[in-house]
Order: sequence, then C-alpha cells, then structure tokens
Amino acid sequence: MKHADMSLEFNGSSSMPTPGALTIRDVVKIYDPEGVNIMAVDHCSMKITPGEFCMIVGPSGCGKTTLLNAIAGFHSITSGEIFLDGKLLCGPGKPIAAQGADRIVVFQNGALFPWKTLAENVAYGPMVQGVLSKRNALEKAHEMLAEAGLGEFGGKYPGEVSSGMARRAEIVRALINKPKVLLLDEPYRAMDGLTKSIMHEALLEVYDRTKVTIFFITHDLEEAIFLGDRVYVLTTRPCRLKKVVNVDIPRPRNYEVLSSEQFRLLIEETRDAVHEEAIKAFQLGERELA
Amino acid sequence: MASVGEVSRPIGVARSRRSFLRRTLGRQEFWRGCVAIMVFLALWEIGSRSGEWFGYTLPYVGLLPPPSDVAVAWSKVLMKWGYWESWYQSFKRVLTGFIVAQIIGIPFGLMLAINKYFRDIFFPPFEALRPIPPLAWVPASLIFWPTNEMSIAFVTFLGAFFTIVINVLGGARTVDVRYLRAAQSMGANNWHLFWRIVLPGILPSIFTGAAVGMGITWEVVVAAEMISSGGTQGGGGLGFFIWNSYMGGSIPQIVVGMISIGIAGYLSSTVIRMIGHRAMPWRNLF
Amino acid sequence: MHQVVSSDELQVAPRATPNRLVRGWYLLTKRARSPTPYLTAFGILLWVFVYWLLCEGLKLPRFVKLPGPITVLSEWLSPHPQQGISIFTPEYYLHIYISCRRIFIAFCIATSIGVPLGLVMGWSRTFRDYTFPILETLRPIPILAWVPLAILMFSGYETPVIFLATLASVFVTTLNTMLGVQSIDEAYFRAAGCLGSSRWDVFRHVVVPGALPFIFTGLQISVGVAWFSLVAAEMVSGDFGLGYLILSSYMNGVTVPMVIAMLTLGFVGWFTSAMVRFVGNRLMQWHARALALQGR
Repeated sequence: MKHADMSLEFNGSSSMPTPGALTIRDVVKIYDPEGVNIMAVDHCSMKITPGEFCMIVGPSGCGKTTLLNAIAGFHSITSGEIFLDGKLLCGPGKPIAAQGADRIVVFQNGALFPWKTLAENVAYGPMVQGVLSKRNALEKAHEMLAEAGLGEFGGKYPGEVSSGMARRAEIVRALINKPKVLLLDEPYRAMDGLTKSIMHEALLEVYDRTKVTIFFITHDLEEAIFLGDRVYVLTTRPCRLKKVVNVDIPRPRNYEVLSSEQFRLLIEETRDAVHEEAIKAFQLGERELA
Repeated sequence: MASVGEVSRPIGVARSRRSFLRRTLGRQEFWRGCVAIMVFLALWEIGSRSGEWFGYTLPYVGLLPPPSDVAVAWSKVLMKWGYWESWYQSFKRVLTGFIVAQIIGIPFGLMLAINKYFRDIFFPPFEALRPIPPLAWVPASLIFWPTNEMSIAFVTFLGAFFTIVINVLGGARTVDVRYLRAAQSMGANNWHLFWRIVLPGILPSIFTGAAVGMGITWEVVVAAEMISSGGTQGGGGLGFFIWNSYMGGSIPQIVVGMISIGIAGYLSSTVIRMIGHRAMPWRNLF
Repeated sequence: MHQVVSSDELQVAPRATPNRLVRGWYLLTKRARSPTPYLTAFGILLWVFVYWLLCEGLKLPRFVKLPGPITVLSEWLSPHPQQGISIFTPEYYLHIYISCRRIFIAFCIATSIGVPLGLVMGWSRTFRDYTFPILETLRPIPILAWVPLAILMFSGYETPVIFLATLASVFVTTLNTMLGVQSIDEAYFRAAGCLGSSRWDVFRHVVVPGALPFIFTGLQISVGVAWFSLVAAEMVSGDFGLGYLILSSYMNGVTVPMVIAMLTLGFVGWFTSAMVRFVGNRLMQWHARALALQGR
C-alpha cells in the first residue's frame, strides 16, 4: 500500500505510526484573486517529528498562515503534499485536507464561540463528535479548565473574561480532543508583554504535560526560541525555508531561560536571517493577508 | 542587506483590465440569477394560465395576470403620455418630501447627537411620535394642509424624517472619540472638529439613512396616492395609476404599475448609493 | 519548577457586592440628581403645551380644525364620549384587539418563513444565488402596490390585510437573517470544523446563535414594518382595526377618535417592538453582557 510505504520512508519506524508526525513536502500555493496570480508558498518542505514543538518565524504576509491553513484543511494547495502520520492530508490526489479533530487550530483573534460559556466551548468537541455525553463533556470541561487555572470562569461567556483567559480556554478546548497536532496561528499577537509571558509559561506547562505536536506561527523571534524545539525561518512572500535552528535548551523551561547564555547565542545565530527578511517585507509594504 | 530589486516574483502578472461587463458575465452568481428569474417567470406564467390550460385554476396564483399579458399591456402603455406623466408626478413627490426631510432631518439629528441638553429635551417627544406609522397621519394631514399635494408631501416628509434622524444619531455615536482627540491635539477648534471629523464620520450613516428613507418615501408616496385617489381628486402618480387600473378592470396594467414603481424605487436607491460612493471615496478601497 | 498559579490558590479578599436594594436605591437617587429626567419631563410638557397652544390656546387658522390635547384627553377619559371612542367604550378595545391580532398572525407567519429562509440563504451559496435575485426583484415594490393583487388573490377583508403585513415582514426578516449569517466571522466556522462538527452541528451551534443578534434586530424592524403596512392596508380596505378607525373617523368628520387612534397606534407599536427587544435580550445573555462590559 502506498501510504504504508510513505510512513516507512518518513518516520523511520516500521509498524505503529507515532501520532503527530507532520511532513510537508514541496508545497506550492498560488492565489488568484481578481485575475492576479499571487504565489504565497514557494516549494516549502518541512519534516516535523511527533511531539516536537515547532516554531515558524517569518515577516508579515509571508505566507505562513497560508501554510497553516493548508495543513488544517481550510483551503487547497497548488502542488506538493502534506502527510500526517503517513496519511496523505492534501496533495495532487486530494486538494483539500478533511477538517477533523486531529489537527486543531487556535486562531489569532480567538475563536471561542461568544454565545457559549467557556465550559460549553471546551465541551463542544467531545460532545459533537459523540465521544462523551453532554453532561460528561461538561464535567470534563470543568476539570480541564480548573487544571489550567480557569476553574472559576467555566460559567462565564468569552465576552466577560480577559483575552488571556479566553486564549487559554481556547487551548483547553483544543486539547480536550487529544489532537495529533495543535496549530497555533500567532495566538498571542494582540497581547501586551506581561500577559504574553504568562501565556508562554502556561503553554509550556501544557506542553510538558501532554507532549502534543505543536505547530506555532509567530513573527517574534524571542518567543520562538523561548518556546520551541526547532525554529524554521521563512522568507518573505513567496515563502521558502530560509534557515532551520535547533533549540537545545532543556525542558522544563522557565523565564530564567530568557537571560541565559544559550538563549542569547541562539538569538544571535538566527537574528540576522530574520532581520533581513523583515526589511524586505517592510520595503515591499506587505499587508498581512488576513 | 537585500534591496527591493532582488526580490523575485516568479508569478505576478499585471492586473488584467477586465471591464465591468465582462466581470459580471463571468460570474457564476449572475447566470444563476438569470436562471432563477426565468424559472420564476415560467412558474408564474404556468400558474396564472392554469385555468385556461389545465381547466383547474390554482388557488392563489391562478388568479394573477400572466407575465405575457403584463408584457403586452406594458408595451401598449409605454406609448401613452399618461404613463410617463405618472412617473413624473411620483418622482416629484418623492423628491420633494425626501429632500425636505434631509434638509430638516440631518441638522436636527446632528443637534441631537452633539448637544446633550437638546437631546434630553427633544428626543423623548421625537421617540413618542416615531412609532406612529406615517400613513396614520394622512387624514390629519388632509385636514390640516390646504391642498392634497401638501398633505402628501407632509406625510412623505415624516416617513423619511424619522429614519434619517435615527440613522444620524446612531452614526454619531460610532464616531471614534480617538479621532476627535487626535484632531484636538493638533490644534483643531470646535468648528474644525465638526466639519472635518464628525461630519465625514457620520457620512456613511447619513447615506444609509437616506437609502432606507428613500425606500420608505416610495412606500408612503404610493400609499398616499392610492388612499387620496380613493377620496376626491386623483393627483396622478404611479400609485394612482395602479388604483385606476384596478378600478378600470385592466388587471395586467396593475402589475405594470407595480413593476414600474419597483424600478423607480431601485433607480432612486442606486442614485443615492452612487452619490455616496463619490462622497466617500475612502470607503471604496475595501 | 514554575507553575502557573490558579486563582483559588491566590489569597484574594472576597469582593463585596452591595445587595440589590442598596444598588437600586443608589441608581434611583443618581438618576434623580442628574438633569436628565427633568429635562425629559420638560420636553414632553413643552411639546404638549405647544400642541395645546396651537390648537386650542391661540386657535391658529388651520390648527383649529384639529382637536387639541384637552379635547382629546377629555374625550378619551369620558365614560360617555361624544364622538364615540374612549377607554370606556368596547369598540375601542375591539379595534385594538383586531389590529393586534392581525399583527400577531402576520408576525408569526413572517418569522417562521423568513428566519429559516434567511438562515439557509446566508449559509448556502448555491441556494442564495438562486433565490436572492428573486427577493431583490420583488423587494423594491412598495407593499401598498400589492393591494389590488391581494384583493384579487384572496377573498374577504382579513386575508389581504394580513397578507400585506406578512409580505412586508418577510422581506425584512429574510434579509436581516441572511445578513446575520453572512456577518459571522469565518473563524468560527473553521473552529467548528476543526473540532469535528458535522454540517448540522455547524448549523445548530454556529449559524443560528451567531446570526441571532441580527435576527432580533430584523424582528424589531419587521414589527414596525408590519404595523406600517397593516395601517395602510386597513385604511384602503379594512373593516375594523386602528387604521380603519383613523380613516373612517376622518370620513365621518369626527376628528377626536382619529387622534386617539393615532396615539394608541404609537403606543401599541412601541410596546410590540419593546417586547421583541426584551425577548431578544433574554435569549442572548452573552450579547447583552458583552455589550454592557463595553459600556454601551
């Protein structure tokens, strides 16, 4: 079977596919709004191992969100393939990946349903997939929210809590479904520095607990090196892989890492690449394609 | 440092200048819309001729005049001067009432928005009178005003007036206070603030209010024409045209009148929208 | 190891919320101390005074033909009204009841057609492409222009009148519902898809609640439009109802019932609209609370 061959080739192990191995091969995405061809992604390839905390860094409008959308199944790709655990997500035979609870996205501006309470939001996934009954799902939701430090706020609506709490709740909403890959699209972009540092620590704690594969898009290099295992630096539109940096800082990490020597060296190693692309993007006046 | 010239764009074609017509014809929605209208007309034709063709008259549709009859009646009526006279009369009434409503309504609305005391005094009576449908004013208006024309104009004015004031009020609330502060910090006085910040900020709401008010104006004019022609002198106009056709028994002509009014209303709203586009160029960018 | 502190671990003093009585009293006195209620009263009195002045006080030429506030009020409250209508006459309530009943029927029919139709039109591009053009072609035709057709199609007095009010409401409700669905942020659909929803789940949990604010705005407008059309229809071809009362009073030369009916119409129209708004606010707690927090 073709798919089994693929899993041998890319995972290196033979029998059981390990959950959360994401392989992006030679992906090209061309948009065509109003008759103008815009290439967003230009032959991008990445291999993400299961349980890896992978950070994607690039300037505004470079196409990183496009890549995430393709993985999540929100739109198609023009050529290339994306595999998850050896199974073809999208590619020439299957332009759009099926949306499903194995790759869950946490959105930039937050997409908690405003008309449901936090607990109802979190319980939504299991309830709708039929995995848990409504009552059990709500119980589990309250449990998980309490674990994340949001125990009191389960009964509140997203409009009533701060954006930091809402974002944490959204991550809980994703994790209750035990996804293979957690896709985060610049989730902390709109937050102030203080909230952001708390969110980072919360995310690290969650990652240490669950070891889910994370695909995190950001434009902030420090965030990338602080959080991730591996940092992929992308060029401006159309994006190609410019540089890959392995972050060897041991886990569990805390804010003291930010002042360590290792951190500083890693920043220095990567900074020039990122800075170059940022200047190019600025000169081209790239607008963030929403 | 990379410079701009070095960035390569393998695929990036100059914007193809497709004309509006070509773009419209190329759109799927346009053709589906045409199909929808064809099907609608076909069903209407079949339904209304059900008596002739099938011997069984469908309950409601069967009593309508068929589109083919309507088309024939329309071609005949296009030649008559009276038809175009009705257009002119209705338009005249609509424009008079509408323009007066804007002239009085916009400043009134702005005053309500800007001055809190003015609002506290004048808004409650305004709100108390607003729920009364404009047409309920027709008899009172007929008693009060000397001529039929003026009574119709008054009622038309009322309809558009309430709408435009509410819209201006709503629009004023949405003007971001930061724009005002930015202007003040750059040394603007109250006059500048009003003309250059508040007014352009309210412009979209004014045009929305105008578009909705235009629709209401047409409703009121047609209604007033039908009601007052049921009374003493018929004043012409498309509403009267419809009522006349009904009284005279030329049923397809009723539908001709209805469609004519629909077109007239649509044209008026389009004109407002076009004026809006010219007046607010910043809105067209996205 | 640095752990994120949960809120129960933090030693925070319990918040002291004043009980409802104290809060209510505070709000009441705050209002009484602000100029707003006095100005409001002043405004209404001013208006009534000007009304009286024009029609009864100065008896200006044209104004004198209209009944002034004192005439209207005395008629309205008198057990034996000269001109036939007061709060003590059963005909008054009959007219109110009949108009309200018509509105109720029209509103119910219009909502049960308009909301589902609007939801599907907003959600399915294909359906919208085929149905929206028909809606947009019929919508510019003023409702009263349908009167002769309505009389032809439906027999009797009741049905055409209700038909016209329903027609007006259906257009407004459908359009607003459709716009409501279209206004829902794409991100919510995507999030629902990610979490494993079927199409029905998306409809139930995203489309319907997401469109609800717009739907209720549309319903408020549709009640107003229904009243508008109803009054017009009753004037043209009715036998009972407030619109008919206005016109027939005019025809018979009795002006006071005319004014009474107008004011009653205003009140009832406002009341029905407020009821819709009230129901809307109850159903959409999340929206009301979020708006309250934004200070609106």
